[in-house]
Amino acid sequence: MNIAYSTELICFLILSSIIVSGSLAVVLLENIVYSAFLLGGVFMAVGGLYLLLNASFVAAAQILVYVGAVNVLILFAIMLVNNKEKLEPIKGLKTRRFISGAVCSGLLILLLRVSITTKWNIPGPKSIGEEATERIGEHLFTDYLLPFELASILLLMAMIGAIVLARRDISITSNKLGDFNNEKSLSDNKIPLLSENSLK
Amino acid sequence: MNSGIDLEMSFTEGVQNLGLSHELAHLLWIPLPMLLVLVSAVIGVLVTVWLERKISAAAQQRIGPEYAGALGILQPMADGLKLLVKEDIIPARADNVLFTVGPILVLVPVILSWLIVPFGQNLLISNVGIGIFLWIALSSIQPIGLLMSGYSSNNKYSLLGGLRAAAQSISYEIPLALAVLAIVMMSNSLSTIDIVNQQNTAGFLSWNIWRQPVGFIIFWICALAECERLPFDLPEAEEELVAGYQTEYAGMKFALFYLAGYINLVLSALLVSVLYLGGWGFPISIDWFSSLIGVSIDNPLVQVIAASLGIVMTVLKAYLLVFLAILLRWTTPRVRIDQLLDLGWKFLLPISLVNLLVTASLKLTFPITFGG
Repeated sequence: MNIAYSTELICFLILSSIIVSGSLAVVLLENIVYSAFLLGGVFMAVGGLYLLLNASFVAAAQILVYVGAVNVLILFAIMLVNNKEKLEPIKGLKTRRFISGAVCSGLLILLLRVSITTKWNIPGPKSIGEEATERIGEHLFTDYLLPFELASILLLMAMIGAIVLARRDISITSNKLGDFNNEKSLSDNKIPLLSENSLK
Repeated sequence: MNSGIDLEMSFTEGVQNLGLSHELAHLLWIPLPMLLVLVSAVIGVLVTVWLERKISAAAQQRIGPEYAGALGILQPMADGLKLLVKEDIIPARADNVLFTVGPILVLVPVILSWLIVPFGQNLLISNVGIGIFLWIALSSIQPIGLLMSGYSSNNKYSLLGGLRAAAQSISYEIPLALAVLAIVMMSNSLSTIDIVNQQNTAGFLSWNIWRQPVGFIIFWICALAECERLPFDLPEAEEELVAGYQTEYAGMKFALFYLAGYINLVLSALLVSVLYLGGWGFPISIDWFSSLIGVSIDNPLVQVIAASLGIVMTVLKAYLLVFLAILLRWTTPRVRIDQLLDLGWKFLLPISLVNLLVTASLKLTFPITFGG
């Protein structure tokens, strides 16, 4: 056993124990803020696993997207809601927990069975290392072009939806979305686009 | 292209001659550049703090620190020592763990980003292939630390300050990344070494600032906003608001925020010089100069002089930019929060998208000058 191999093994053990214990804590902790911060830690540890697999671009993208965007968004949402409010106790919490626990352990057993019975091709294909960035780019613009573009259209739709939800002052009766109409609709106090009245 | 001085190779060869294995030699080498860069980052911060005090004094027609050492150069040390021995206060009912982890999460990504700052052909910790992208990814961790310290202080002003700082950091990261993308497109590589090498073909005329003037301004504005420097120091806004996410912090934990801010400023200045001002390149091409005086570029003496000149050039360019940042801080008024967000989302974002588009079309039409 040489130094490089043992270093890799130690890193793998540390990272995977962080991932397993961290994700268990995300689910099991009562405090929602702790869960959100731990989720960030789990995402970073997954990034570390990618780094261990010589996929540095994927690791950096993982950090950028999941830690820098998704987790920050979750934290923003949590911190902007009022956490002083007492939540009502949910009925039948024990049975719910039992059912979800059973489903999760069933999934775990299934995954374990698959990973044990499959004949893995060890050692796998050789990693391409630093070339990976170019290869990912090539694939995204040739054989994976359609899914890539569809994903961007989905994101665009989500963005427009978020803008519509956030700007409730845009009235139904204003047929143009110009600034003049918006200001007029603010002063006129017409029916908002998305309110309880408009949905009736 | 000459490879220049390779300290790592000489070190590992030297250690191997002592009878150690190649792997062990490599393992012994790894901490050395890290320690060196960490020490130089901290020294860089001390110099910046001293410059800040002196330049602010000059801008306000004062003398500034004078008694601590010649011209007050020991003043930043005294500041650091004071923060070190101050009592570490954790507010009552604050979240103990998150309160401690917050400042660490702000500081560590900034220090890790020094991994990719090159001072010469082989004078950097690691020439990772994803280079500049690593810096963008790492700097996106910082908002989590800000939110964490704001939340855990058990103070509504801290919480609001944390949200404000995170929002500013997120919104200026996008034009920053787009400005970097235009550079990456021109040099066909994410690696900082390749970006600098591509700029050093014809002295200062081939620097990226001439090909990317708009990108340079976008990058500089966004870097100032990311460092929370004045025109954009809204998270702190010392004369107007309660001091933001760091309100409840004292002693060494406050010093970590302070240190992170200044290390980030020096790092941003270094990266501007790497991306736009030719990095370690001398304004006149060294190859051309050495052929002029008739000395081979592979001469060891020329190599040593070129390497030290490279370090001096990188630091000089970076500190010129730091000087500019300090001058801006003490001469410009602060923007309002709505102006800040308008500038980020309605001005810089569209401009940087147009810049990217123009760069792409120029690259297609003039592949020789814009890196085809």
